[in-house]
Amino acid sequence: MIKLENYIPIVGQSVIDDLRLIAERLRGKTVQHVNSTAVGGGVAEILSRMVPLLQELGVETIWDVIKGGEQFFGVTKKFHNALHARPVEITKRDFEVFIETGQNNIADLEICGDIVFVHDPQPIMLVKKKKENKWLWRCHVDVSEPNEEVWNFLMEFIIRYDSAVFSAPDFSRKLPIRQFLIAPSIDPLSDKNKDLPQETIDAVLQKYQIPKDKPIITQISRFDRLKDPIGVLDAYKEVRKYIKCQLVLAGGGASDDPEGAAVYSEVKEKAKGDSNIHILLLPQNDIEINALQRASTVIIQKSLREGFGLTVAEALWKSKPVVASNIGGIPLQIKHKYSGLLCHSVQGAAFAIKQFLNSPAYAKKLGENGREHIRNNFLITRHLREYMLLFLSLYHKEDVVYL
Amino acid sequence: MEGILKAKEPFRFSTRLHLSELTGLRAINLEQLLNLIKEVPGSSIYHHTHRFLQQHHFFSPEPPNDFAYWVTEMLGENELGERLVSIDTMQFSRIHDLRAAIVKTIEDYLNEDPSSRLRFTRQGEEFHFIKSVSFVIPTKYVANDLGDFIEILRKITIDSIYFHIFEARLRLERETNDFSNWIETSLEDKELADQLAALDPYTRTLEDLRSAIIEMVEKRIFSQ
Repeated sequence: MIKLENYIPIVGQSVIDDLRLIAERLRGKTVQHVNSTAVGGGVAEILSRMVPLLQELGVETIWDVIKGGEQFFGVTKKFHNALHARPVEITKRDFEVFIETGQNNIADLEICGDIVFVHDPQPIMLVKKKKENKWLWRCHVDVSEPNEEVWNFLMEFIIRYDSAVFSAPDFSRKLPIRQFLIAPSIDPLSDKNKDLPQETIDAVLQKYQIPKDKPIITQISRFDRLKDPIGVLDAYKEVRKYIKCQLVLAGGGASDDPEGAAVYSEVKEKAKGDSNIHILLLPQNDIEINALQRASTVIIQKSLREGFGLTVAEALWKSKPVVASNIGGIPLQIKHKYSGLLCHSVQGAAFAIKQFLNSPAYAKKLGENGREHIRNNFLITRHLREYMLLFLSLYHKEDVVYL
Repeated sequence: MEGILKAKEPFRFSTRLHLSELTGLRAINLEQLLNLIKEVPGSSIYHHTHRFLQQHHFFSPEPPNDFAYWVTEMLGENELGERLVSIDTMQFSRIHDLRAAIVKTIEDYLNEDPSSRLRFTRQGEEFHFIKSVSFVIPTKYVANDLGDFIEILRKITIDSIYFHIFEARLRLERETNDFSNWIETSLEDKELADQLAALDPYTRTLEDLRSAIIEMVEKRIFSQ
């Protein structure tokens, strides 16, 4: 069981002292998180780490997951794509399915929090149960150019919350409720991010028959069109014309993402015939993901849309040179040419990868800068602090709050 | 440190933690930026002129203020960027006056170079106005004399130093920083208070500022 004191060697004593100071102000309040999946995806991952730490700090915290069938998650996936401005047809029936499941969850889920913290659109309707308690809506997706029909539908519920939280300034819009900017985070002590012995890394490479004789370019992400795995394959092929290298595309699937299997097959098909491409389906094996990231020469995240892009933070924390799309929360993590390279296209990604592979000293420097940037801004301790301040903000409307 | 003068009133250190509140307001050119600077809350002006300070102690190469960064990097207005960077924040003890100085700088520039009105950013590069919401929390640290004061200064968080030096003076409009105020009123040491008040905290990192204050107070103790 990871304790707060385990973070002291990484972030320093004073950061932990501050957390305890804030937590004292939340004694007696219960915080209830609600999301749509207990495993898979960034939200579940953050909550699984954060809930025990909040409890250790003395902030009573519980975590509930809504229920929904295949049809419901098919609709929420459509919503997700529509909010990310992808062309998708939303039917009247889709809204009906969403509302029916929402009503079922309203009937089934017991609300007991003084503060109810709802994550993403799937459980958004629960706010109909709002009484005297405080409600927060946490939007983890990029809503900078949302499908207006879906956004307007969600707005009916959003405006009933006390505050909303977004991951990047681009996602904010004029709202009649308060909205805060809180970036997500990674946990440096989790299986996905902790230091690993070289033998563990080598064993994982051996298991997946990835030789160490050529540089390894890796993208870790769900098999999802928005992560653009096909674009990554194209970029790799451009690089491969000039530099001998290999590509690893690895990731699991979230239980609320029915589209994953289709994308996985498509990628497999496109990679056929090239033994230097390794397509790995790794459902929830964090140690293996960690090992693959650490074994990589360059890490890429060529998403077309991204709520925040935690895989970028994970890679930077491992001091890896990263090439990533200039979208969503990624530019908050990568300052171009300082802590990584940003790209806007397949050609741009290929060019950046070649730069890193041909200039190892440059790649090393940017990787090291990236690690410090993550230490200072994107670790779970900063996230805990901001969440607790967010809870306190529900009881204080002023800009300077004396506690 | 025997014989050190006891303060009439003890000094309790507080710390300041902040949240960023989004306003949903954005600008895509200089005129919009100017108009919004005139109307956003003071806490937004404070955020965009002070955000860098707390990041600066980590030695990230952050630009000195968000307005200067944006007009330089996104609009390509290097000269205006330089003028905005050069605004001497130390001379203002009210956000209202700092805002007025920023407004005048941009208005003058627009009048001198009307073509700057024609520059727009690309989608995704807009200026987003954000407000700082501060939470001020008293810590367990209390100083009864300069000896205590210096010992606490060595171990207190950088956020606490930030609060007593920057936030107290400009955002809470206390005329001078909290340390100078306590030294003058409770220790009646106007000379040391004036020395501390004259430090320009905007041109150093917070760790450098901590060292400078400690050095100044140490000298004073040993000269007594």
